[in-house]
Amino acid sequence: MKNSEPIISVRGLEARYGEKVVFSDIDLDIFPGQLTVILGSSGCGKTTMLKAITRLVEPTKGSVKFWGEEITQMDENRFQNVLKQVGMLFQGGALLNSLNVFENIAIPLELHTHLSPTLIERIIRVKLSLVKLDNVMHLMPSELSGGMKKRVALARAIVLDPKILFCDEPSAGIDPLTSSHLDELLLELKRKLNMTIVVVTHELASIHRIADRIIFLENGQLIFQGDLAAAKQARIPSIDTFFRSGRYD
Amino acid sequence: MLKLSFHDGLLRIEGSLVASDIPSLHSELETALKSKDSFNIDLSGLTGIDSAGVAFLEELTLKAAQKGALIIHPPSAEIQSVMNTFRSLDLPVPEPRPKPGFLESAGENLLIRLDGFKKAIITASEVVWWSIIGIFDRSGQRKYSVVQQGLILGFNAMPIIALMSFIIGFILSLQAAVQLRIYGANIFLADLLAITMVREMGPLITAILVAGRSGSAIASEIASMNVSEELDALRMMALDPVRFVVVPKFHAITLVMPVLVLLAIIAGEIGGAVIAFGYLDLSVSTFLSRSFNILTLKDLIITFTKSTVFAWLIVIIGAHYGFQTTGGAEGVGKATTASVVSSIFAIVIADSLFSLLYL
Repeated sequence: MKNSEPIISVRGLEARYGEKVVFSDIDLDIFPGQLTVILGSSGCGKTTMLKAITRLVEPTKGSVKFWGEEITQMDENRFQNVLKQVGMLFQGGALLNSLNVFENIAIPLELHTHLSPTLIERIIRVKLSLVKLDNVMHLMPSELSGGMKKRVALARAIVLDPKILFCDEPSAGIDPLTSSHLDELLLELKRKLNMTIVVVTHELASIHRIADRIIFLENGQLIFQGDLAAAKQARIPSIDTFFRSGRYD
Repeated sequence: MLKLSFHDGLLRIEGSLVASDIPSLHSELETALKSKDSFNIDLSGLTGIDSAGVAFLEELTLKAAQKGALIIHPPSAEIQSVMNTFRSLDLPVPEPRPKPGFLESAGENLLIRLDGFKKAIITASEVVWWSIIGIFDRSGQRKYSVVQQGLILGFNAMPIIALMSFIIGFILSLQAAVQLRIYGANIFLADLLAITMVREMGPLITAILVAGRSGSAIASEIASMNVSEELDALRMMALDPVRFVVVPKFHAITLVMPVLVLLAIIAGEIGGAVIAFGYLDLSVSTFLSRSFNILTLKDLIITFTKSTVFAWLIVIIGAHYGFQTTGGAEGVGKATTASVVSSIFAIVIADSLFSLLYL
């Protein structure tokens, strides 16, 4: 299932909050065009790992390479260029509350491209329709439900057609039907645009629908990475418990 | 590499059509669209496309269709599949929100302000009611919360209030001393300073500093609790947010405000004394005796009464804006700013009303 070289390569990664080590000695690879799911108990550092990989949290040790280029020591300008090819869906959406839906999604297009307002408007309508939202362009984030905020945030994350998309708990706070639709959308983005997607989720149904590869974290250590079938046959108690019970925490 | 060419009535787009290349296509495109002859479009050379590219092609085909242009060579199935995913032509165009007229928006603003005033009155009555009840019945409040709030609102504010009052006392005395010396009226500096600091500057400086420092903290704390559903959590635990959050602050500020005002008066007097002793050569005993003799019991009663009223206004206004907050982080910022501005405005109005008592 692996396609050529990894698009993201992580070696010996460690992150701390003050004295507390969130995770350490993490080695993992994300392969292009694959959908990788990161699993683990609550508080085991999944979100921090996404943030450390994207330098939102500065890792205390280790190496992170995007397309073979080390990013932990990269200067800001070059790193900005890397980030333009990366989208991130945050757990709470992270919409800017002072801007309406249209303005939120338009930010990357207005600041990183020279497209005309007509094209920007057209692209935003398409992205909103992809996440199954109509007639919300002029609403403020405070007028949206939690699920709608999440979908607007996803539309913003994919507005530049990123090559890599990180999603932190995309199904949290969303009804099963919308969650299933989001899974379909992620699969479509992967299939048609060859997008590389990394998802943190606890939803067993979602994992079965979308995962090409899974990464398991436990107590700040990576205990498994591989495909779903291999995970089920690995005979690791915590992974067995997860797939048997449907929950890990 | 993207290439757009226009020859013999055929507009040919080859290569990868992505967002970064689109602005460079305009000149070729304008030539094609301005051409008098009809033309057709060839997309068979497209090797890649993103959503911006699809949007661009849709704009292009819409404009070209007016000249009777057709896509005669479609793109590959793979490109067509991406184009179908990002197709916007069938999507409804949302209508913009209608903008209200001047009278409509003025009326709406008035209603919002009246509603806000009504809610402020309700908050004020709840705070005052539960604060009176809270003296006798401390249920619904955490242990030592009044002491804790007293330290935050009072003790921590002491250094800045003392420093500001000292400087203001110093400046006032300096300005007055220059004039008084001309007329040989040096001795009246003590009278002037005592009346100014006790009647006006002491309570006013303290209230403005407390509104800026503690009032904003009260508003932002309650506003943050509101938007993060902490107040709802308290309600679900059968706790009244007013009793749990506001009443300890109300009690604490009632106790510490007179102390802060006293501190401000003393610091202001010391600031003025530096000028009195150093510039006007007044003796310590003269300065003190004139300062005490000019003041009356009425001055002290009015000063400490109005400083307590200022303190209540600060807590009530901060709590009101905190409870009314909506809209996340931005709402918290707005509530904090509004509470400080409104508190200072209310303090100045209240101060002017108290001044009438000296008539």
